[in-house]
Amino acid sequence: MSVAPENYILLSGVLFFIGVVGVIVRRNPLIMLMSIELLFNSANLALVTYARVWVNNTGHIFAFLVITVAAAEAAIGLAIVAVTFRRQPHVDVDEVAALKG
Amino acid sequence: MIAFWILALLMIASAVFTVTAKRPVHSVVGLLVNFIALAMIYLSLQAEFLAVMQIVVYSGAILILFVFVIALLSSGVAPFEIGPDKMAKATVPVAIVIAFLALAGIVTTVLSAPATVLPITSGGTTGEANAFGSVANFGSALFYENLLPFEVTAFILMVSVIGVVLIAGDEDGPLGPRRRKRRSLEREPIVKREPVVR
Repeated sequence: MSVAPENYILLSGVLFFIGVVGVIVRRNPLIMLMSIELLFNSANLALVTYARVWVNNTGHIFAFLVITVAAAEAAIGLAIVAVTFRRQPHVDVDEVAALKG
Repeated sequence: MIAFWILALLMIASAVFTVTAKRPVHSVVGLLVNFIALAMIYLSLQAEFLAVMQIVVYSGAILILFVFVIALLSSGVAPFEIGPDKMAKATVPVAIVIAFLALAGIVTTVLSAPATVLPITSGGTTGEANAFGSVANFGSALFYENLLPFEVTAFILMVSVIGVVLIAGDEDGPLGPRRRKRRSLEREPIVKREPVVR
């Protein structure tokens, strides 16, 4: 680890920044889900960095759990997107009003 | 050293491309570059097993899922990618302010307490059998000390598989009306039965 760990954490923070902006700004559900994957990845990078800093495997285990939860989330989110937008010509999260009373 | 900065620039550029791309397929390509660069950064942090998992699970499974859903949604009558993806202009400064607050929190926290990297004392360097972060090391940590989280992982995956089948498995889905009846009666029989002659 020739680079100081702060640089890894700063990289993780910048990726988190980009992901949050993506989730808030974009209205395409697929790109929102991809931004959420970016968020998971930046959190994983921080976990793995500190696992190396304090030579401790638990960070790796936690990152593994995050990968699993990200996979489950992507599968369920994409299933919901596929069901919701199957018949609509335009894909826009703001136009989903099926549950509005 | 240089590799880290190249990979960091690559990751930031691909993340920005992912967020700003017009078409979702281009976003998927950007995300692929991001994931592979992150796997290399994992390697520089001596997390071999996680690097392999990153490539297999993320760029192997999740991105293929994204591509499949894009293909499924855009295979209809209307071209799905022309849809109005209005980047609502008013939300952009709000989003940047919120995200910048999060970034500032991370930066101040990290810089206020600089971490000292502990040396790896046991197990050898990366690539050897029992090194830190290798498959054997990760596996023993997973199955000896963290068995319950592993079981919870299996449960989460099972629940998500059942949920996906329930949500999207039906032809019309729970949200749409079931318009077509099952056509099992109209189907051609697999084996033609000879009329029995008596």
